[in-house]
Amino acid sequence: MKLIDAKHSRQDSKEQATSAQPAEQVQEAEALTPDELAAQWEAEAAEPAGPIANLLSSLVVLGLSIAGMVLSVGLGLGTPAAPAAGMWPFVISLIAAVMAVAQIIIGRAGGRDGEKFSAMSWYAAIGFATLILMVVLMPVIGFEIPSLLLCFVWMRWLGGERWRSATIYSILIVAAFYAIFIAALGTTIPRLF
Amino acid sequence: MEFFGPVLDGFNVVLDPTNLLYCLLGVVVGMLIGVLPGLGPAATIAILLPMTYGVEPVTAIIMLAGIFYGAQYGGTITSVLLRLPGEASSVVTVFDGYVMAKQGRAGAALGIAAIGSFFGATVSIIGLTFLAPLVASFALDFGPPEYTALAMLGILLVATISGGTKIKAIIAAAVGLFLATIGRDGFTGAERFTFGNLSLADGIDFVPIAMGLFGLGEILYNLEERHRAATAPVKVSNVWPKGKDIKEASGAIGRGSVLGFFLGILPGGGATIASLASYAMEKKTAKDPSRFGRGAIEGVAGPESANNAAATSSFIPLLTLGIPANATMAIIFGALLIQGITPGPQLINDDPQLFWGVVNSMYIGNILLLIMSIPLIGVFVKILRVRAAILAPITALITMLGAYTIRNSMFDVLLVVLFGAIGYLMKKFGFEPGPLVLAFVLGSLLESNLRRSLLVLEGDPTGFFTRPISATLLVLFVFVAIWPVIKSAIDKRKTSSTTSAVVADKQKENA
Repeated sequence: MKLIDAKHSRQDSKEQATSAQPAEQVQEAEALTPDELAAQWEAEAAEPAGPIANLLSSLVVLGLSIAGMVLSVGLGLGTPAAPAAGMWPFVISLIAAVMAVAQIIIGRAGGRDGEKFSAMSWYAAIGFATLILMVVLMPVIGFEIPSLLLCFVWMRWLGGERWRSATIYSILIVAAFYAIFIAALGTTIPRLF
Repeated sequence: MEFFGPVLDGFNVVLDPTNLLYCLLGVVVGMLIGVLPGLGPAATIAILLPMTYGVEPVTAIIMLAGIFYGAQYGGTITSVLLRLPGEASSVVTVFDGYVMAKQGRAGAALGIAAIGSFFGATVSIIGLTFLAPLVASFALDFGPPEYTALAMLGILLVATISGGTKIKAIIAAAVGLFLATIGRDGFTGAERFTFGNLSLADGIDFVPIAMGLFGLGEILYNLEERHRAATAPVKVSNVWPKGKDIKEASGAIGRGSVLGFFLGILPGGGATIASLASYAMEKKTAKDPSRFGRGAIEGVAGPESANNAAATSSFIPLLTLGIPANATMAIIFGALLIQGITPGPQLINDDPQLFWGVVNSMYIGNILLLIMSIPLIGVFVKILRVRAAILAPITALITMLGAYTIRNSMFDVLLVVLFGAIGYLMKKFGFEPGPLVLAFVLGSLLESNLRRSLLVLEGDPTGFFTRPISATLLVLFVFVAIWPVIKSAIDKRKTSSTTSAVVADKQKENA
């Protein structure tokens, strides 16, 4: 019942936010006790990752830890009295493998941790792509242009700013970074100008 | 007492103009990020690690510490004025603080939070001043077996007490330990897991991992969450609590400070747990618990004192034993390692200027916070209007360019980006990054102590149990490891007995 109330108040708060009337939000806020507030936050939080994600991530860990064990054996295990280079990594990889198997079994119904990927997750992927692009381009053409592009993409498409404000802010930010990192601090970051 | 000499020397260190400046910078930045949603103190400290390269160790740690406890102040502001907790440790403050703001008592709430925070931190620092030398002298007798057990216990505590699935946290810790083995083995000289890559021959540097996992990982994650635009905050007038308020809150402040001090020392504990525990305690000890959630000033004073006390006391395990109590302390541990300083019991004797300089800077930092927190509220509220869309690329660029300045190496920047992706994925799949960083930082120390112990004990693991301290620590380790199993068994028995009681009652009703 409390969750339903919380969901209703969340719908209300959404409508009120779009109509931009803080007065109604005042009333809605006063009605919330700590329990209801907590329930509202939980309703607004992202969905848990779910059983498939659990299985996938545990399998990845299992695979990596088995690889770790194999590589460690290759380094030589030695004996407990005289451990070789591979003993400790082997023990750690073994623990990780056991834990991964445990997680596959215990977490098969899902659980409440993690977050599901949503349409918004593409934003993070695009952000990552721009960062990699910057790593590739920076040594070649300096930091100014990739930074400008990154700022613009992040503000315009990932942040929903308008063309004009995104452009202006991007230029201002890169100029500020130039002033601080190059002019003031004298660092040797690859640059064009 | 003989240690007062170094304590007073510590004040000389703090009052040095450079150190004062960095202290001020740290607490202002700390308050700022506490106010801004998105980046937390761990992420900010990680991102600013490149700044610590060019300065003295004392100066660096003074600044980083200031960021940490300054953030506890900042998170309160948004909790009270906007019902948006800026930090996890300020979540409880929303319950009563925002209601107080609605009642026109925002100033009183913020003022009592500032006073409580200051008092909590001061109590904690005094406790630190007396407790730290004791712990350090006790730990000087530690040998490799004791260190091994202590490091293992510390990692396990952080993995199990912090939120999220315990198993996944242990996996994260194992990954951190494994990453620490990459590079040249100190004992045998063999190259481990480098695959011939020269950049990996000396091991993975700590700073790119921290900056990537905590800094970029957080930034990428925030891209996904469109933060709600800051709504019009409650007007703040009369930013000083009345005498009556202070009187009502004094008990809560006292209790919160002591509770926070002890909860902060425990690895895995910390500011968030302290604030929650204080709120629960205040509710229990209040004469009229129904006031809570409706503007009870104790609901603000207690948790705020507790979280600042805990943030300060969480430095104790780091500075006296060399065991970080939480992820942020792990990053500060890394920062000390960069400076060539290995924290441990010998730190207080070998480098008393550093130790007491950092401790005493906390006094000054908290005074600065108390003075500045009230006037700066208006400034911070204005800053909140800056849209997240503009702040995000700024923080990303600071991270990227800062990473380059570590060693003038693009490889480091690449590492930061890759670990940023890993940090993001870890968050999505429910793995905590904290245990990973903590385990990474302790990894090489843990391994070398373990191997040294095995050499000393001639390969006999039972030797750990013949030494009293390591035996106690290992018993605790085993206990903490199997506690979740015990707990779920107890819970299952409880629910089955209550369900059978409920069923029995229903049968009686229907009969």
